[in-house]
Amino acid sequence: MSQPSPPLTERPIPPERGYFNTYTLLSLPLLAFFVLPLLALVLRISLRDMLSSLSEPAITQAIRLSLTTSVTATILTVLLGTPLAYALSHHYMPFERFVDTLIDLPTVLPPAVAGVALLMAFGRRGLLGSTLETANIHIAFTQIAVILAQTFVAAPFYIKAAKIGFANVNIELEQSSALDGAHSGQVLRYVVLPLSRTALLGGAVMTWARALGEFGATIIFAGNFPGRTQTMPLAIYLGFQFNIETALTLSVILLGFSFLVLMLVKGLLQREIS
Amino acid sequence: MSRIRPNQPTVRPSTKRCFVLLVILFTTVGCRGSVWNPRGNSLGDNPGKPTTTLTVFAAASLTESFLDIADRFEADNPGVKLDFNFAGSQQLSQQLVQGATADLFASADKEYIDSLVEAGILDKGSEQIFANNRLAVIFRKDGRIPIHKLEDLASPGVHLVIGAESVPIGRHSLEFLERISSAEAFGPTFKDDILRNVMSYEENVKAVLSKVILGEADAGIVYDSDTLTLDPGEIGVIPIPEAYNPIARYYIAALPASANQDLSSRFIEFILSATGQEILKSNGLIPVQ
Repeated sequence: MSQPSPPLTERPIPPERGYFNTYTLLSLPLLAFFVLPLLALVLRISLRDMLSSLSEPAITQAIRLSLTTSVTATILTVLLGTPLAYALSHHYMPFERFVDTLIDLPTVLPPAVAGVALLMAFGRRGLLGSTLETANIHIAFTQIAVILAQTFVAAPFYIKAAKIGFANVNIELEQSSALDGAHSGQVLRYVVLPLSRTALLGGAVMTWARALGEFGATIIFAGNFPGRTQTMPLAIYLGFQFNIETALTLSVILLGFSFLVLMLVKGLLQREIS
Repeated sequence: MSRIRPNQPTVRPSTKRCFVLLVILFTTVGCRGSVWNPRGNSLGDNPGKPTTTLTVFAAASLTESFLDIADRFEADNPGVKLDFNFAGSQQLSQQLVQGATADLFASADKEYIDSLVEAGILDKGSEQIFANNRLAVIFRKDGRIPIHKLEDLASPGVHLVIGAESVPIGRHSLEFLERISSAEAFGPTFKDDILRNVMSYEENVKAVLSKVILGEADAGIVYDSDTLTLDPGEIGVIPIPEAYNPIARYYIAALPASANQDLSSRFIEFILSATGQEILKSNGLIPVQ
C-alpha cells in the first residue's frame, strides 16, 4: 500500500500546464502591489548614503536595540508559550474557548490599544505597576517595557502555531511511548517536540518578525528614548519626520534583514519536510 | 489525475452570499474617508447647500485655539467648513513635502516653513507670524519627589518627559535648558542633570501632556497655552523666567497649490484680526497685534 501523497502546499512539483496559467495571472496584481513599494524603497537610497548613515550612533543604537529586544521577546515567548500551547492542544486547559479567544486578542487589537492597556497595567499608576513602584521596580519607559510590548503583540503567533503543531502529533505515539515507560517530560522532549519542530520554528520566526516591527505599543508604553527604547520602527517614524535619510536607511536594513531571515527559515523548513 | 481531494467540505451557497454582502458593505462604509477630524463633519450635515472645505494643517499646540477659531469663522462664513490635521509641525511639513494636499499650514516654528519653501511647496515670504507662545514646566503635585521650583527638576529620581529634538517643543525645551545652564544661578551642569531625568522624547507636545496627566511622568515641558486646561489640584505649573524662556513663533501660510486662495486669505485675515487674536489669547497664546 503506497503512502498517502503529501498535502498540496508541500509538493514542489510544477503543474502539468506550467507556471503560466489563469491563477498565476490573477495573482499578478497583488504580487505587484507587494513588490512595488519594497522596490521603491530600495531604489530611493543609494548604497553610499546608506553606508554613511550606518555609522551614525542613532542608527546603530536602534538596530542593536531592536535585535536584542526582539530576540529576548521571542525566547520569552517560546519558554512561556510552549506549556500553554501544549495544554491547549491536549485540552488540559479549563475554559478552553475563553483562553483561545484571549490569546487571539492581542493580534486583532490595534497596537496602540495594547500600548495604552500595558501602560494602565504596568505604568507607575497601573494596576500592578503601582505596587511594583513601591518596591522600586520601574517598568514603563524602560527596555523591559519594550520587551513586554513586543511579547504582548507577538506571542500569539507562536502559541497558535505551536498548538497546531502539537495537535498534529499522533496521540498514539505519545501514548505508546508512555506505555514504554516514558514520563510526560520525556514524552515531550523525545516525541512531541522533535515531531512538531517545524511548526514551532515557523511560529517562533513569525513572533520574532512581529516583535521586530512593533511600534504602536512600544511608543506609548516604553516611550521614545534613543539607545534605551528607540527601536528601529520608532527611529524610522521619527526619522521620517526629521531626516528622511535615516528613515530610508533603517527601512532598507529592516527589510533586507527580515527577508533574509524569512528565506533562510523557509529553506530550512522545506528541507525538513522533504 | 484529479487535483481536488474527495470529500472536501464545501461552503454553502447561502453562507457565501452573506459573506460577499458583508464584504461589499464594509468596503463602501469604510471608503468614506478616515482623516481624523475632531469636529466630526458628517456627510449628512447640510445636504442642499454647497460647502467649501478648507483644509488646515496645524501644529498640535494650536488644537484648542484653532478649533475655537473654526467655530467663529464658520459662523461668520456660512457654507465654509474647516478640516484640521493637528500633529507635530515636523510631521505635517514632511507630509506636505511627500504630496499631502492642504490649503493652509500653521507651524510652531519658522524652520518647517523654510523647509517647505526650500522644497518648493510654499512661496518665499508668503508666511505671516500670527501668534507667539512660551514654555512652561508642568509637574504632578502628588509625585514622590517634591517639585516646587525649577532646580527641583534636576533632583535624582524625577521622571521627566520632553519633546523630541525634531519637534518644535523639543527644540525650544533644549534651548531653554541651554539658556538656563549658562545662568549663574543654576550652574553649567543643570542641563545635563535634567536630561538625565528625561524618560522619553515625545513626538508632539500633546503626548508630553498626556504622559504627565496620566501620572506616568512627574514633570514635563510644554507650552504656556497647554497649561490652561490642566486640573490645578493635580498638576502645578512653574513659570519660566522671561530671560530663559524662548519665544515660539507661529507662522501661517497659504499653499500656492490650493484651489481656495481667496478663502485661505480670508482665514489668515481673520486670525490676524482683533477677534481672531482675542480667541488665540483666550487659549493661552500671545497675540502679535
